[in-house]
Amino acid sequence: MVESIKTLSDQDHSAKRLFKDKFVYIGVIVLSAITISPIVLIIAKLIIKGYRQISLDFLVQNTPDSFQAMTAVANGEIIPGGIANGIVGTFVMVVLAAVIAIPVGVLTGIFLYENQGKFIANLTRNISDILQGVPSIVLGLISYLWIVKHVTNGFSALAGSVSLSIMMLPMIVRSTEETLKMIPQTLKEAALALGVPYHKVIFRVLIPTGFSGLLTGILIGISRILGETAPLMLTALGSSMINIDITKPTSAIPLLIWDFYNDPNMIGLIWSSSLLLMAIVLILNIVAKQVAAKRS
Amino acid sequence: MTNTIADIKDPILSIKDLSISYDKHKAVKNVTVDIKRNTVTAIMGPSGCGKSTLLRALNRMHELYENIHTEGEALLNGLNIYDMSTIKLRRKMGMVFQRPNPFPTMSIYDNVVAGYKLNGIRAKKKEKDEIVERSLRDVALWDEVKDSLHKKGTFLSGGQQQRLCIARALAFSPEVILMDEPTSALDPIATSKVEDLLVKLKENYSIVLVTHNMSQAARISDYSLFMYLGELVEYGKSKNMFTNPVDPRTEEYLTGKIG
Repeated sequence: MVESIKTLSDQDHSAKRLFKDKFVYIGVIVLSAITISPIVLIIAKLIIKGYRQISLDFLVQNTPDSFQAMTAVANGEIIPGGIANGIVGTFVMVVLAAVIAIPVGVLTGIFLYENQGKFIANLTRNISDILQGVPSIVLGLISYLWIVKHVTNGFSALAGSVSLSIMMLPMIVRSTEETLKMIPQTLKEAALALGVPYHKVIFRVLIPTGFSGLLTGILIGISRILGETAPLMLTALGSSMINIDITKPTSAIPLLIWDFYNDPNMIGLIWSSSLLLMAIVLILNIVAKQVAAKRS
Repeated sequence: MTNTIADIKDPILSIKDLSISYDKHKAVKNVTVDIKRNTVTAIMGPSGCGKSTLLRALNRMHELYENIHTEGEALLNGLNIYDMSTIKLRRKMGMVFQRPNPFPTMSIYDNVVAGYKLNGIRAKKKEKDEIVERSLRDVALWDEVKDSLHKKGTFLSGGQQQRLCIARALAFSPEVILMDEPTSALDPIATSKVEDLLVKLKENYSIVLVTHNMSQAARISDYSLFMYLGELVEYGKSKNMFTNPVDPRTEEYLTGKIG
């Protein structure tokens, strides 16, 4: 008996365990590296291929025509012109989409928060989740039917914004509800105990308190719709000029990337446009993370 | 119920046959009690006896929750609180909560005048300054924060935050201050400061204090209610109740046999 205990404790597994430990450790590092490698490779590729085109002109000039681009490429120069029409179009459409989606989304989020567990709220929440899963091209199609056909009677920035706002809506609804749920109930009671009417409690206590959470949701929502291409093809169509009339066809950065892809002479502009779009999305995400971190 | 005090004249609060239930469970059973003006009245009892539930009925906080039903009536200066608007009622009945809950987005100054700000009551800067100073002096916080009035209220220590919350309740000059275990989240030093404060405040306000801390009730209350399983068991002058309880359940609680 004593003998067997002794032999058990004498068994030395430490070498095997150390090996296992090392094996798992290296595995974790390798797999993590695989996870981050796409984003690193993408950014590296965009910078390498795109940086030459980036200049002030690139930000303030309209897209060149195919012939200008061809001549430049033939002479070994950088392609003249820029994507200002796309930048302005994206800005106009995203801002308009946010203006449509934020009030509706925030109010719906408040409604869900205030009616936890009720049938109508659960139904709304589920439908909002389903909306999030609707393919973006379908939203474009719907916006084409509603807006292009009946409101603006032609392709328009408004139609693009409507499809983008529908994409954004569920994200804002969710983030509003989740943010409000994280605010302690006692804060709400504190305000009510001061005789503050209910709507003022929501708009002057709960929303300001959860503001950073709401802002994070909105920024993430905007960064999601910035790169949307499919719905814009059916709604905003594109334009070679800067356009700020929301009832007229308008360009956007992702639409331009698609155009450049289809024109052999413009290939050079794909990379710089993608780099710019990527940079904007990246910055928005970093800002959103900072805002969220500040809250906690 | 035993040891009722029948001779409270002109009570600030008069609770009549008040019952409160959560869904089907009756948490407070037919409580009738008069609260004397300018006193500290402690509601004590073991956890789950309905003391907080009773307190929160007085400023109608229960109406936030659909599963809570209240029956009976409560009169504030002879007026039924269930006939008033909750907004008006809550301005007359300040409330201080278990954990300090200053508004995190507001400065110390704004927290004190939060009742005015949030209600959109316009007051001149000078008036507001006076309210802030008076309220903060009342809670003995003025000297500690007078140089940092525009810092966020959440930067204060727990005890200071709780006194700030009391100042916020005082800013409206309420008639009654309801306190729901205001010191249970505080350390002993902060607790004794708040207790001293309550004794001072009763000169101008009537205070109803829920506490599970018997010695606290003994130290600072003039009258005590003992509740057990939703019933009001005993009500009387604290001095008498702690030295000479009438009901055997009160005695068992005070000697630590129940609770």
